[in-house]
Amino acid sequence: MSSRELILGRVRRALADVPPDDTPYEDAAPRGYLREHGARGAEETVALLAEHLADYRAIVHRCGESELPSLLARLLAEREAATVLVPTGLDETWLAESDVTRVADRAESDAHELDAVDSVVTACAVAVAETGTIVLDAGPDQGRRRITLVPDHHICVVRAPDQVVSSVPLALERLDPGRPLTWISGPSATSDIELDRVEGVHGPRTLEVILVG
Amino acid sequence: MSGTFVGMPAFPEAAREAVADPTLRGNLRHATHTIRAKRAAAVAEMSDWVELREAGRRIKDHTLRRLDRYLVQLEEAVTAAGGTVHWAADADEANRIVTRLVKETGESEVVKVKSMATQEIGLNEALEAEGIRAYETDLAELIVQLGRDRPSHILVPAIHRNRGEIRDIFRAEMGEWGRPAPEGLTDTPAELAEAARLHLREKFLRAKVGISGANFMVAETGTLVVVESEGNGRMCLTLPETLISVVGIEKIVPTWRDLEVFLQTLPRSSTAERMNPYTSTWTGTRDGDAGEGDGPRTFHLVLLDNGRTDTLADEVGRQALRCIRCSACLNVCPVYERAGGHAYGSVYPGPIGAILSPQLRGTGSEIDASLPYASSLCGACYEVCPVAIDIPEVLVHLRERVVEGGLVTREGNKVVLKPARGHAAERAAMRAARWAFSRPGALRAGQRLASRTRALHPRTLPGPGRAWSAARDLPAVPAEPFRDWWQRTNGGTTEEGTAK
Repeated sequence: MSSRELILGRVRRALADVPPDDTPYEDAAPRGYLREHGARGAEETVALLAEHLADYRAIVHRCGESELPSLLARLLAEREAATVLVPTGLDETWLAESDVTRVADRAESDAHELDAVDSVVTACAVAVAETGTIVLDAGPDQGRRRITLVPDHHICVVRAPDQVVSSVPLALERLDPGRPLTWISGPSATSDIELDRVEGVHGPRTLEVILVG
Repeated sequence: MSGTFVGMPAFPEAAREAVADPTLRGNLRHATHTIRAKRAAAVAEMSDWVELREAGRRIKDHTLRRLDRYLVQLEEAVTAAGGTVHWAADADEANRIVTRLVKETGESEVVKVKSMATQEIGLNEALEAEGIRAYETDLAELIVQLGRDRPSHILVPAIHRNRGEIRDIFRAEMGEWGRPAPEGLTDTPAELAEAARLHLREKFLRAKVGISGANFMVAETGTLVVVESEGNGRMCLTLPETLISVVGIEKIVPTWRDLEVFLQTLPRSSTAERMNPYTSTWTGTRDGDAGEGDGPRTFHLVLLDNGRTDTLADEVGRQALRCIRCSACLNVCPVYERAGGHAYGSVYPGPIGAILSPQLRGTGSEIDASLPYASSLCGACYEVCPVAIDIPEVLVHLRERVVEGGLVTREGNKVVLKPARGHAAERAAMRAARWAFSRPGALRAGQRLASRTRALHPRTLPGPGRAWSAARDLPAVPAEPFRDWWQRTNGGTTEEGTAK
């Protein structure tokens, strides 16, 4: 007998005492919890996102659509970034004013190459205000997962309020499980030394989030 | 479970050393008290915590009752998404599968994301025996690995170490495993984290094989979820060409939507954050133009039983399989805070370990038979559990099993467990109590005799009872038995007197 059959057989025998229960999945668990916590308007939700991102040491900027290219140019210059990784589908106008060498997100790049790049600029799929989270889904304007992981500086552009939802349940509704997702809440951190949070381990140690709109 | 815990003495003996170590007591007290207050604040932000907890409990129970169906559904979904599913009945089989898969890649080293399942099966030791070096990449796991130590906490395996000890371990050991610790390393947490970043960087960048566990597996979509903080998880999940995930069969949730419950309750319960820094989800492997080069080309999922179906067979004990490994019960436990994790003799310490280890491994060994007693039954663990596991209920149930023996399931077979020898005195006392309580005359005579001989009663028990009274006061016998007082005073109505 294969281990598959063995394990499935053990499961069925283990449940021999459980009376047959045809409760459909939809009724199996009460969903009495909230879809979102508190009633907020769109602008308040964006403000809450900014506050919660900052709580976990992300650096938050807000600007209008037309100011985005100059803001990005300034942030990259302040960082003294010489190179920036650019997802293939990123809006070309965003980096129009930046004077940095662009490195394309390519399938052939190896990790050492990415490690030599200073910064990465991406869009996002959705942002969650209650938890201070941005979610990437590897879409064309976000690129492969590794490009937002290996460089030490990540600038993420969130279209506010369109891409901002209140809560985790509302975010999951918008996301496609078939795509690889990365939920990011502040820069890399650890609680492993005396259960106290310290920022800055393996992921980007500086996370800047620009709320546009 | 892991060979490092073989031959552990019973809990009281193992805990004695820890309780007498002031540094360890201080480290544990500091860490658990820090996190307790933060968790309470993070939970208090959620006005619907009670409803989320109930939903989590019900989703897990629903899944466990149909585990066979959901396992098959998950297998189909993972396979359809380009992954390969393996089934491992026990630790040895899981280790053999993973070793074979690594060897097939031609590699002799792997990077690992922190995973309870691979610790439980002793994977690192098994790989080492086959000439494969496994690098732990979680900071706390790294501290444990470099210190040739054992984990003592589910979430923070090096919780028993303070910053000074961590600095000393890094200075002494990092050079043996790769890049040495920076010159002049101090004990500030930020510098220690930086040292770990530098030490592991090269290993991530060259890694060809990653090994992980998973926090959740979604049956409907075949999606796996890893919740982490440092980014070492992302490194291991996305940079290598081959990814092998070893996951306990109880980690399934039916649908994508179910994550909305656990992604709210897990971070707040474990690190007391609104959300942990990084959560990764992936479904099989990526292909097509856009996906090429994004994440591993090969994905293996090893589904692990290793005692879980035996646990499932126990009507009371099966609720332990709801556990999402948040470790809130450890942080709040007065026994854990004083005894530390090592005394539990398992990778699963604390209250959840005290009910999980004896079920996964059986109660055959001294340590496993003693674990259900490693609790004061105060119930704090149940209060904080985000999936409402009634740990005290299971502890009492397992105590009964240890003392009385009875029918249990081991490796899928029903066996009759013999009563544990160590509890002969307890059983004799219970038998005597049963005899006396069913004979009112004898009980009355005994009680009167006890009252009259009060002055002669010892403060501690002799013989096998000594262990019980070593840390407790014997109850004082009243001057007059209750029933005599009741009769004399007509139930307290005629006289408020005391006996002469």
